Amino acid sequence: MTTPPTPGLSGVPSRAPASAPASSDSRTATFRVWRGDATGGAFHDYPTETSTGMVVLDAIHQIQADQANDLAVRWNCKAGKCGSCSAEINGKPRLMCMTRLSDLSLDAPVTVEPMRAFPLVKDLVTDLSWNYRVKKQITKFTPRPPDAPDGTWRIQQADVDRVQEFRKCIECYLCQDVCHVIREHHEQDTFIGPRFFVYAAALEMHPLDIADRIPALKREHGIGFCNITKCCTSVCPENITITDNAIIPLKERVVDEFYDPLGKLVKLFSRAHRG
Amino acid sequence: MADFETVHHDVLVIGAGGAGLRAAIAAAADGVSVGLVCKSLLGKAHTVMAEGGVAAALGNVDDRDSWKVHFADTMRGGQYVNNWRMAELHAQEAPARVRELEAWGALFDRTPDGRILQRNFGGHRYPRLAHVGDRTGLEMIRTLQDHGIHQGIDVHMEWTVLTLLTDGDRVAGALAYDRERGRFRLFAARAVVLATGGVGRAFRITSNSWEYTGDGQSLAYHAGAVLQDMEFVQFHPTGMVWPPSVRGILVTEGVRGEGGVLTNNQGRRFMFDDIPENYRAQTAADPDEGWRYTQGDKNARRPPELLTRDHVARSITREVREGRGSPHGGVYLDIAWIKERLPHAAEHIKKKLPSMYHQFKQLADIDITAEPMEVGPTTHYIMGGIRVDGDTQMTNLAGLFAAGECAAGLHGANRLGGNSLSDLLVFGQRAGAHAAQFARAHDEAAPDPRQADEAARIALEPFSRPSGEGPFQIQQALQGTMQELVGIVRRDDEMTEALSQIATLADRVARVAVDGNREYNPGWHTALDLGNLLTVSEAITRSAIERRESRGGHFRDDYPDKDPSFAQFNITVRKGADGHMELHHETIRPIPDALQQVIAEAG
Repeated sequence: MTTPPTPGLSGVPSRAPASAPASSDSRTATFRVWRGDATGGAFHDYPTETSTGMVVLDAIHQIQADQANDLAVRWNCKAGKCGSCSAEINGKPRLMCMTRLSDLSLDAPVTVEPMRAFPLVKDLVTDLSWNYRVKKQITKFTPRPPDAPDGTWRIQQADVDRVQEFRKCIECYLCQDVCHVIREHHEQDTFIGPRFFVYAAALEMHPLDIADRIPALKREHGIGFCNITKCCTSVCPENITITDNAIIPLKERVVDEFYDPLGKLVKLFSRAHRG
Repeated sequence: MADFETVHHDVLVIGAGGAGLRAAIAAAADGVSVGLVCKSLLGKAHTVMAEGGVAAALGNVDDRDSWKVHFADTMRGGQYVNNWRMAELHAQEAPARVRELEAWGALFDRTPDGRILQRNFGGHRYPRLAHVGDRTGLEMIRTLQDHGIHQGIDVHMEWTVLTLLTDGDRVAGALAYDRERGRFRLFAARAVVLATGGVGRAFRITSNSWEYTGDGQSLAYHAGAVLQDMEFVQFHPTGMVWPPSVRGILVTEGVRGEGGVLTNNQGRRFMFDDIPENYRAQTAADPDEGWRYTQGDKNARRPPELLTRDHVARSITREVREGRGSPHGGVYLDIAWIKERLPHAAEHIKKKLPSMYHQFKQLADIDITAEPMEVGPTTHYIMGGIRVDGDTQMTNLAGLFAAGECAAGLHGANRLGGNSLSDLLVFGQRAGAHAAQFARAHDEAAPDPRQADEAARIALEPFSRPSGEGPFQIQQALQGTMQELVGIVRRDDEMTEALSQIATLADRVARVAVDGNREYNPGWHTALDLGNLLTVSEAITRSAIERRESRGGHFRDDYPDKDPSFAQFNITVRKGADGHMELHHETIRPIPDALQQVIAEAG
């Protein structure tokens, strides 16, 4: 896995901003952007004009249009809904389209680098294919038979509301990026990461779903690796309470199914009874 | 022919928004091999942005609703130049397509008795939009994506199609490049479904992302398919206007559906000032009746804020032009006022419109539960597109299908909100199923080798020009031309000027140069998109000049009235033998008596 080095190690000397602020809502700021690919790279400083309301993605687009046409960046909606423009801004995993310059200090260069938990493709673009492979491994939605003769179901709003939080996920993978099991310990083969615990929770708590994903969460998906440091929750742009509302309840279900002595006894007896 | 890597599929679907995913699922269900090519990562397409809901006459909230009323509403909204067969099928099949999503895991908001809840929307007579808060599009695309990945579909992410390949008058596949490495690949296919979405990037102020560069329309046109209704572009009335960097981002019609009102800088609800004749009987007499409508009173009529989008957008433009706009060139959209009517209004707004609350809070420092938003029109959707058969979605080119926004017909001159999500489900399914049928009935065609070579050669030219203009500057210039000269209010002289500017821009595109190499190079990608943008911009402009009347999304300052003679045909565009654009008037087939009756009964 290739991860770009930290700014202090290879940042190129800063080109000082050319001009002083023109007015209260317009000034030049410097963006220290990672440029490179799997073979290596470095930070480059780009001074650019900023104005009221701008977000980091605007600055990156301006730099791309005026100074670096080949600066690679993913984006789509520019409204925090598609989860494409994930990056690390001043070291924090964030969506570029939802990070306003007014919330950053522009007195020092703003660092923009790719998500470091994923293999680098180029500049700010990383290889996210692992996430797509992981999702396929999770047992898909499996509904109970319809409630009504016309093939429809009756669901209470409260049951819809319960899983809304998980279904808001925009798949930006910032939670995966910040998770130390993935980022530092590289347990990608045995651990699916917070995004997919949220996905599994949405299915497990879906009012119509009848599949059981608990054994797989324990054995193949590595939920035990999570030691609930809540880093994922702290970076989620949708404010999903990933650890408390998705991961911990799933961990509890794992405990109930595999480690509850009373439950084990009941299971043993019922099996003996059937046998 | 150069030795391109070649991948074979029975059905190749281009585009992975709602229509493309639904088409791929339908084709896979028929047992044929399916490839799905998309410019972005899976699940990021523009369907994700749809907020308000999906229109389907389920009749869960008002049992007076039926496919007939939905059909009549769609035709009225489209000013009767719709493909009536598509409007009929769409209204009939949308409920089944929505219920099917639920069987695949989608969760919509509920009625008290546990059925799918439906909300009011502009131009829909009854509450008709199945929704989940204001993030219905995300729910839909994620459902289709998560279902689709288990159907054996080969997904090719971050591949962009350069050209369709043909074999005589039949489609034979496509040549594409991958964004990551810039390699070419030939997709050979028995049938191809275009589901590439819209053209919003041809304009400066738009709710659309970088992807919406008219690829499908342009690919089809250059392969010999016919475009129609290209003059009908929808300017959504409510985009954000401030701060500048968010200008154009969509503010859902759901805000007005929940009781939001439009006011000018004098505090006047100007939408009451101009109610079109054909909607007068359906529109509230006063603010009180309008409010009751939004709160579910079946005896009340809708407030004028929920008139069709074309009309609301023009009314806003009028207020701004006549000096009654907000400080940043929009008008006010106020949902906070409902606190006069509802207890716990702030909580109610956050629950019903969570994304909007979030969006304004984070991007504009506005708390929509406490103060009004500033909004103005933004380029949102194109009703026109690739001309298709209403039943099969096949174009005039054998084996080439189109569905969703890139296809024309369903929406006529103006699309009703909520009808695009149902459009992409109904016609995505139909296109996919018919493409699979076509693939079963036909052998693989033989792509013309010269076409792939030529497309690859042209694609690499920008690298070999030692100096030239950058692609982003040309794109911005084109967006300025379309925004200023072919925007919401149009005139012959301005559009003629636009045509000459487009010709100049074409010369500049021919000299565009890019830096760097073929690996994930947005400058190169943008340079390649320019050709498509030019094609659709020219088609929009020529069609708009030709339609010398005002109808739906197309408003002419020099011909401000509707002209019944223009209701008799669609304007079509095709590539002539000399390579130039040819326009035709395609007579609309007479609507069958039974459907005419349905329209008459709807009143």
